[in-house]
Amino acid sequence: MAIEVKDTKAVLKAVQDAVSRFGATQDELIPILNDINREIGYLPGEALDEVSRLLRVPKSHLFSVASFYRMLSTKPRGKHVIQFCESAPCHVAGGREVFQAVKEALQIDENESTPDGNWTLTTTSCLGVCGVGPVMMIDDDIFGNVDPKQVPSILAKYK
Amino acid sequence: MATIKSLDDLKRAREEALKKRELKASSGTVQVIVGMGTCGIAAGARDTMKAILETIEKDSINGVLVTQTGCVGVCEKEPIVQVIHGENPKVTYGKVTPEIARLIVKEHVVNGKIFEKNVINL
Amino acid sequence: MAYFRSHVLVCVDPECLKHGAHDVLDSLQDELVAQGLIDEIQVLETSRIGSCSNGPEMMVYPEGIHYVGLTPDDVPYIVEEHFLKGRIATKFVEQEKKLVDEELSAPTSKEIRVVLKNCGKIDPENIEDYFAENGYEALGSVLSSKTPEEVIDIVLQSGLRGRGGAGFPAGKKWQFCRASKETPKYVICNADEGDPGAFMNRRVLEGDPHAVLEGMIIAAYAIGSNQGYIYCRAEYPIAVKTLNIAIDQARNLGLLGKNILGSGFDFDLEVRMGAGAFVCGEETALMASIEGNRGEPRPRPPFPAVKGLFAKPSNINNVETYANVPQIILKGADWYASMGTEKSKGTKTFALAGDVKHTGLIEVPFGISLREIIYDVGGGIKDDKGFKAIQTGGPMGGCLPSEYLDLPVDYEELAKAGSIMGSGGLVVMDEETCMVDIARFFMEFTQDESCGKCTPCRVGTRRILEILERICDGKGKDDDIETLEMLCREIKGASLCGLGQGAPNPVESILKHFRSEYEAHIYEKKCPAKVCKSLIRYEIIDGTCTGCTVCARNCPVNAISGERRQTHVIDPDVCVRCGICMQVCNFNAIVIN
Repeated sequence: MAIEVKDTKAVLKAVQDAVSRFGATQDELIPILNDINREIGYLPGEALDEVSRLLRVPKSHLFSVASFYRMLSTKPRGKHVIQFCESAPCHVAGGREVFQAVKEALQIDENESTPDGNWTLTTTSCLGVCGVGPVMMIDDDIFGNVDPKQVPSILAKYK
Repeated sequence: MATIKSLDDLKRAREEALKKRELKASSGTVQVIVGMGTCGIAAGARDTMKAILETIEKDSINGVLVTQTGCVGVCEKEPIVQVIHGENPKVTYGKVTPEIARLIVKEHVVNGKIFEKNVINL
Repeated sequence: MAYFRSHVLVCVDPECLKHGAHDVLDSLQDELVAQGLIDEIQVLETSRIGSCSNGPEMMVYPEGIHYVGLTPDDVPYIVEEHFLKGRIATKFVEQEKKLVDEELSAPTSKEIRVVLKNCGKIDPENIEDYFAENGYEALGSVLSSKTPEEVIDIVLQSGLRGRGGAGFPAGKKWQFCRASKETPKYVICNADEGDPGAFMNRRVLEGDPHAVLEGMIIAAYAIGSNQGYIYCRAEYPIAVKTLNIAIDQARNLGLLGKNILGSGFDFDLEVRMGAGAFVCGEETALMASIEGNRGEPRPRPPFPAVKGLFAKPSNINNVETYANVPQIILKGADWYASMGTEKSKGTKTFALAGDVKHTGLIEVPFGISLREIIYDVGGGIKDDKGFKAIQTGGPMGGCLPSEYLDLPVDYEELAKAGSIMGSGGLVVMDEETCMVDIARFFMEFTQDESCGKCTPCRVGTRRILEILERICDGKGKDDDIETLEMLCREIKGASLCGLGQGAPNPVESILKHFRSEYEAHIYEKKCPAKVCKSLIRYEIIDGTCTGCTVCARNCPVNAISGERRQTHVIDPDVCVRCGICMQVCNFNAIVIN
């Protein structure tokens, strides 16, 4: 798989940065994991090892937390992550067809990544912009009023 | 702004804020307010804002103040742009694409002519 | 690929053709060539732009200008005005009917904006705007002239009930927390608005963040807390940014931190982001998340007011609850209690979503009917289709059919009807909705979000989902309805938290009000609303199909066959019911049976 995996130095730096930003206490665990996930794209095993060491929290606890939250990933993800809203209002506004168009454009299914490592497709629950549904988020950018025909041009913005 | 250490300070802060508002209205400044809540951004408000700022710069338009606001509430009509021309009542435009934004700046902001096509009642 | 700066769609429906659309088309092509614009403006034939009652007509994009009543002689003028001078040729523009453009005015006569008062009017990143709207005056009045007990009394008298969904009296919650002796105490704001379709909290956080801050500081003073948290879901990055800017500004001016307004009262707070877990909207799960754990709920009692965050007394309220507080202090408890019904005082924000003409946020006093919300404030059903059901309260709310349209909206009435207030999401469904599909849809959501801690929810919701999926797939069994009813009862009775207790509500209410749809799916293997893919077929109408081959060329699985100019046929065994053929057909020759 051609998904970019960051080297150990970069991973450790991300952990150090996150822990110094928030402090090495257990109640800051989720902000720390969020930060590392955002910086590296996911939570590699080495990152969790280091967090466990610095916060003095058992690794099993870290895995239990990391696997619980939808926005944290213990598996490598593509360069760009699509979060497609699969909640009722977007669904009712035609979300199913748009999702189909995205799957077809990228030739992958939900929770899969493209072979070239550019895209990972995930679903999310309501993003809170139902007035402009169907909605999808690519990385930090949010797109509303999405029509199946617009999908190729939206994806093309990220080449 | 100075720290607010007492009720009097608070009162003064309010008066200053109100005065600034009045000044904006009476000086003939045109206020352009772009809805930049998440729904606005999802509908493309960033491009709309960019178009407005670019037009103002390109045409060297003075006396315009461009600010942002949160979600106005008519999410399906986003992007939403509100224009307050001096002391005239506020005009709200809906579905403002970058192209329409340019037209609004040229017609309403510069020439004072309301761009009827996109007006919504708010 | 050529880049066109404009697209012109000319209607070639029979009605428009009769009035000379082809001549207009030719004239347009000629004029564009003559003006050297043919490489910049793309001309396309299409059908049905408008009603064809005033054809020939054309639509120009990107502006979306609809020109009607055209003759070939009008074309040069339009080309010159619109494409050369950039001016709309207004005398040919369709006079839009006011009804279609009737916007969701705010406020309509039915709306009263309390929480949403400042949203959309002020710059949320500028605290001066908030000052100009009497910002922080309530806090000033509280810190200078009211005891904590007096503040709690005002909130009690106002009748303010928690707006997060449970509707517990806010004043009582504050009272319990104040009465707890342990310290430190915490004030928490639940901004994990996860209900699909609900975005009221997002609006307030992005549009008027200081109202929430002020409410929290007042609550902290009332209960005796010096530290607060706002738990905001990660799916709202802009709200988080806006909140942090507001907090910095308030802190810089001394409205947060030590010795606020010279009163000797200290209070500060921070924003904590979620990480994508719906269940963290449940108060005990939220606190577990702040503590750095999985978002798993805890049994209550003990309640958070006694043993909450870090096992200390905590007051946790929703964004909207806090946002109401400053105005209640400024305008008085009586003012607030004068709105609403006997047991549900004040106003509530609702998020109207789904198949309604005007989706968006509204704020109305309790007691208004569902009919008024959908038709008066929401403008009625989109495309004027028939109303089928409305779901209130989010994914754990019941679906109510048309018999309930005149129900006055308040906590007790909705509960009696088999639904809940929830956070205020209202999803409107039209006659083309399959209610069994909707039940499955909501159960899919709650099943996915179940934290897994307790068996009835974790296993029960999965069993219900399996049954519903089978039914939608055409494999319903005779005793499915009885099994579903039993499962709903058990899960509701035995689950640990509100997610499990509420998860069966959509299924149950749909079974109660739309039983015939279940029966049609199970016994007749039919989907009356033509939604469930396994129970429908896409068919091409012989006689309407012109054999243009557009559908066959677009079909992703090559399920359509036919010769040019001959009626095409869809093979139902290959067809995946994606609907693309129906979308691309210009002649309405494809229907769903």
